[in-house]
Amino acid sequence: MCVLVVVPTGAGAAPLPPVVAGCCGCHAVHGGDRALPLLAGRSASQIVAEMKAFRTGARPATVMGRIAKGFTPDEIAAIAAWYAGQR
Amino acid sequence: MREAGGTAANAKNRRQFLRNAVAAAATAAPWPLPLIAQGAPHVVIIGGGFAGASCARALRKDNAGVGVTLVERQHIYTAPPLCNGILGGLRTLADQQFGYGGIRAAGIRVVNAAATAVNPHARSVTLGSGDKLSYDRLVIAAGIELRFDAIAGYSEAVAEQLPHAWTSDGTQIMLLQRQIEAMEDGGLVAITAPANPARCPPAPYERASMIAYFLKRRKPRSKLVIIDAKDQFTMQALFQEAWNALYPGLIEWAPPSKGGDIASIDAAKKTINTDFDTYNFAVASVIPPQKAAAIAARAGVADRTGWCPVDPITFESLLQKNIHVIGDAALAGAMPKSAFAAAVEGELCASAIVALIAGKTPAGAKLLSNCYSLVGRDYAISDTGVFRPVAGQYVEVAGAGGVSPLDGPPALRAEEARFAHAWFRTATRETFG
Ligand SMILES: Cc1cc2nc3c(=O)[nH]c(=O)nc-3n(C[C@H](O)[C@H](O)[C@H](O)COP(=O)(O)OP(=O)(O)OC[C@H]3O[C@@H](n4cnc5c(N)ncnc54)[C@H](O)[C@@H]3O)c2cc1C
Repeated sequence: MCVLVVVPTGAGAAPLPPVVAGCCGCHAVHGGDRALPLLAGRSASQIVAEMKAFRTGARPATVMGRIAKGFTPDEIAAIAAWYAGQR
Repeated sequence: MREAGGTAANAKNRRQFLRNAVAAAATAAPWPLPLIAQGAPHVVIIGGGFAGASCARALRKDNAGVGVTLVERQHIYTAPPLCNGILGGLRTLADQQFGYGGIRAAGIRVVNAAATAVNPHARSVTLGSGDKLSYDRLVIAAGIELRFDAIAGYSEAVAEQLPHAWTSDGTQIMLLQRQIEAMEDGGLVAITAPANPARCPPAPYERASMIAYFLKRRKPRSKLVIIDAKDQFTMQALFQEAWNALYPGLIEWAPPSKGGDIASIDAAKKTINTDFDTYNFAVASVIPPQKAAAIAARAGVADRTGWCPVDPITFESLLQKNIHVIGDAALAGAMPKSAFAAAVEGELCASAIVALIAGKTPAGAKLLSNCYSLVGRDYAISDTGVFRPVAGQYVEVAGAGGVSPLDGPPALRAEEARFAHAWFRTATRETFG
């Protein structure tokens, strides 16, 4: 189950503002379908690089190009950090 | 493609299995209900589809201090996404069906009953048995109600002959499947498509595609007509490109600008009349216009459109305090009525409820929806959107989202078909466990 990906503020106590929900619809943390890439536990820098490649079209895709264009670099960094922290 | 005998035998086994499951559920000792701590905040969720089940799970995950009761009238949920694949022989009913054992195992109290009334002042939900559940916050995730009275000659009883196959009740899609299996070659299959807003706008055209896939192989002299309430439809160019390539001459699309509006249906004579035309069908799937599920109106959260306006950050009703509405029942700006969006809304609503209970201010979120339509066996197309709340409404993020490209290579269509089935397996496992 995907929790909302949040922008890390370092505050800790207050609820962090969620930026996106929906990635886990396809990229589940545990037990997702093998046909869909597993993101949990990959390095944040690798995820950021791939999202950038989707955004620019350098990496061809079905839906990821359309999705990557919807997020700012900060949001992509937050999503990548969240997945990198999941195991 | 499966043989007719195999399909029938499987259907029979499936029915037997379901009968056993229902009998077991009715006679077994009550499932040990997770205790809800005295004084702990209690959230009741009505409806265990994509929206309600994902909200329940997220509430348990985010904060074990909140008691969650999920009220669902069916023992078995038949997931509508990709169920049209059953008509093409590409999927089975078993692929679509889920019980609630996984949700219970996650520590959620599941009550298999219909919610019949809501009292927003007493903050209680009445069940079919007469029992009452009280709540601190209520989530209505009950999906849609079909407006049977919107088409002259159609009704809930007539739907037993002319299936809508538009809800999470699996008998309807299997009825339609048996009808196309049994029809004589050379007959006409009619689909009526409703105006928007409606559940999953591309799905009537996916249904036409999957029936065409079946007809082309098994009843090649048959034809299909879509009698539409709209003069244009979502992914129209992509669907029509695919139909020309895969099923040339088989599918006719009849918008109101050509044949006029649907005037009436005669189930006995097997005709659908528009203002200008009469269609004599062998099989018809009538998809009527829709509104939020009946319990939403009873709770006072539906407006004059029949849908439920909500705050986009908390999904709390704009009409009743402490009641949230998520999934297809909600009117949430540009958010589509898809299973993908319903599940995401469930998670966002859960996080907002946890914040509200803690006396904190919930934050907004960007939401994502992605919806696949099966057009052939190795051919699917998709519609994607990224949404964010602006001034009380979800709007699409400009420059993002969109649909599959026209003129795409076969390998791309095939990859989307693989992803469609893979998404379904992932999303249903995430939701139902
Ligand atoms: C043919 C078809 C194809 C589709 N394809 C796709 C697709 O490819 N991708 C996609 O994302 N979406 C698709 N959809 C849309 C998707 O099915 C819906 O958007 C989704 O099911 C909405 O989820 P929900 O939880 O809001 O409602 P539902 O799934 O309808 O769940 C509501 C639940 O509430 C229960 N309920 C209702 N009233 C009561 C009551 N009073 N008491 C107790 N329980 C109650 C019902 O039994 C039901 O289980 C498709 C839909 C159809 C019809």
